[in-house]
Amino acid sequence: MSILDVSSLTVRSGSAAPVRDVSFSLAPGERVGLIGESGSGKSLTSLAVTGLLPDALRSSGSVLLDGHQVVGAADAELRGLRGPVVQIVFQEPLTALDPLMRVGRQIAEPLRRHLGLRGAELKSAVAAALDEVALPDPRIARAYPHELSGGQRQRVAIAIALAARPQLLIADEPTTALDVTVQDAVLSLLERLVAERGMALLFISHDLAVVSRMVDRIVVLRDGLVVEAGTVSQVLQEPAEPYTRMLVDSARALDAFLDQKLDEREAGA
Amino acid sequence: MSGVVEQLVTDSVAVRRRPKATLILGLVLTGAIVLVALVSLFWLPYPLADTSGGRLEGPSGLHLLGTDRLGRDLLAQLMWGARIALIVGTCAVAIAAVLGTIIGLLAAFSRPWVDDTLSAGLDVVIAFPVLLLAMLVVAIQGASLWSAVLAIGLAMSAVVARLTRILARRVLQEQYVTAARTSGTGVLGIVFQHVLPNIAPTLAVSLALQFGAAVLAEASLSYLGLGAPPPNASWGRMLQEAQGTVLTAPVGAIAPGIAIIALVLGVNFLADGLRDLADPTRRRSR
Repeated sequence: MSILDVSSLTVRSGSAAPVRDVSFSLAPGERVGLIGESGSGKSLTSLAVTGLLPDALRSSGSVLLDGHQVVGAADAELRGLRGPVVQIVFQEPLTALDPLMRVGRQIAEPLRRHLGLRGAELKSAVAAALDEVALPDPRIARAYPHELSGGQRQRVAIAIALAARPQLLIADEPTTALDVTVQDAVLSLLERLVAERGMALLFISHDLAVVSRMVDRIVVLRDGLVVEAGTVSQVLQEPAEPYTRMLVDSARALDAFLDQKLDEREAGA
Repeated sequence: MSGVVEQLVTDSVAVRRRPKATLILGLVLTGAIVLVALVSLFWLPYPLADTSGGRLEGPSGLHLLGTDRLGRDLLAQLMWGARIALIVGTCAVAIAAVLGTIIGLLAAFSRPWVDDTLSAGLDVVIAFPVLLLAMLVVAIQGASLWSAVLAIGLAMSAVVARLTRILARRVLQEQYVTAARTSGTGVLGIVFQHVLPNIAPTLAVSLALQFGAAVLAEASLSYLGLGAPPPNASWGRMLQEAQGTVLTAPVGAIAPGIAIIALVLGVNFLADGLRDLADPTRRRSR
């Protein structure tokens, strides 16, 4: 059985439908990339999957999360799924962390709620969670989000997301807000953790290079529609849709440009 | 990396230990008035109803601030008034804080039609003059200090509720609330862990302003005979009674005026200073 099965998902906002008839599924432990430009409906899809759409938006179709129907379900029914089954890492770690709560407490919350840890056990679990995202300094747990760097914050957000041991991790452009060197470290960390725990990963991004590194299969969204889906090599080598071809071409063009600059410099030296 | 964290942590500890000027000033002003109120419990220069002094006497060794037109000692009234002002301010703000926060949070978390109904109700209460509300309460309860406190508290709770609703709505749209919900946090968890701590600083400053407003509201209610009945002395009534003689005996108006200003300012400074202490994102920036 698949951990996530989305079929004919449509999200409506008044008369507009920013997500239309989207279908895809993830097997346990599978890694899938959802790509598309801004406004293509990627983030709304991830919110609809967890039943966290803003009130003004309505979803229809079917989203089966570990066999539970999410579309139309009451919030209280979904609460048990959020954490042990699915978790999201958001794009901007500064806004995704409560500014007035110490980082350690924010990590402790899902551990307490879902694993029932208390007291000294909870404290050591928080330390272990921070250690796992390569933040071994015990002072981090006592810090507030604004006292950390962007990369540290995103590691904390990942630690929170992984605390309840989800079977599916949704990463919504987790590195877009970070600078390039930090990006790479965070991606490696995610890659390692997903592999170690055998989690399924839904990786959302507009960056083909990043996505193809992280996932096995790609789903391309445009204007709320799935325009292409397939394995990474399929999509990258033989993009069927003009839109995908354009994404691939622009990525190639950048690579070629960089190679050329490099060659020029070597020739000059 | 760890060096930076160390620096930041020591910084914030250092700043936290150095209280701000506003906080100290607030503590001094409010503390002085609380002290006077406490002393008035055990000692007054003259009993409140003692009219043995001459009428409208200036300050002298016998009457440090002079007397009013009935020959009552002004210092005794001022001291008693401190107690009344603190009681009115504290109790009215407590009523407003509890009732207002609960109603505001209910509105913020409700379905749109419940929210709209509650908001419309709040607007009606806010548009309703405090005086009219006070007369209503007095008609039911009879004129007493507690009727005045209840009326002022009820009127102010609508203002607090509206502010709470707006602030809570804004917090609910923050991504950290969505993030907390993706961890399975329920409504109560969201309220107590995220919404209340994040709206508390703004709410506290607003409540401090309300404290001043409550003291002033009690003054006008006393004037109309809707406040604490005589021989209770309140700063508001002292001001009103001294109105006619302000040119011949100015101390009668100046003394309670300064007292009101001191208390209102003191509470505001105190709230401001406490907010700065409580808000971790401000500790470093000053």
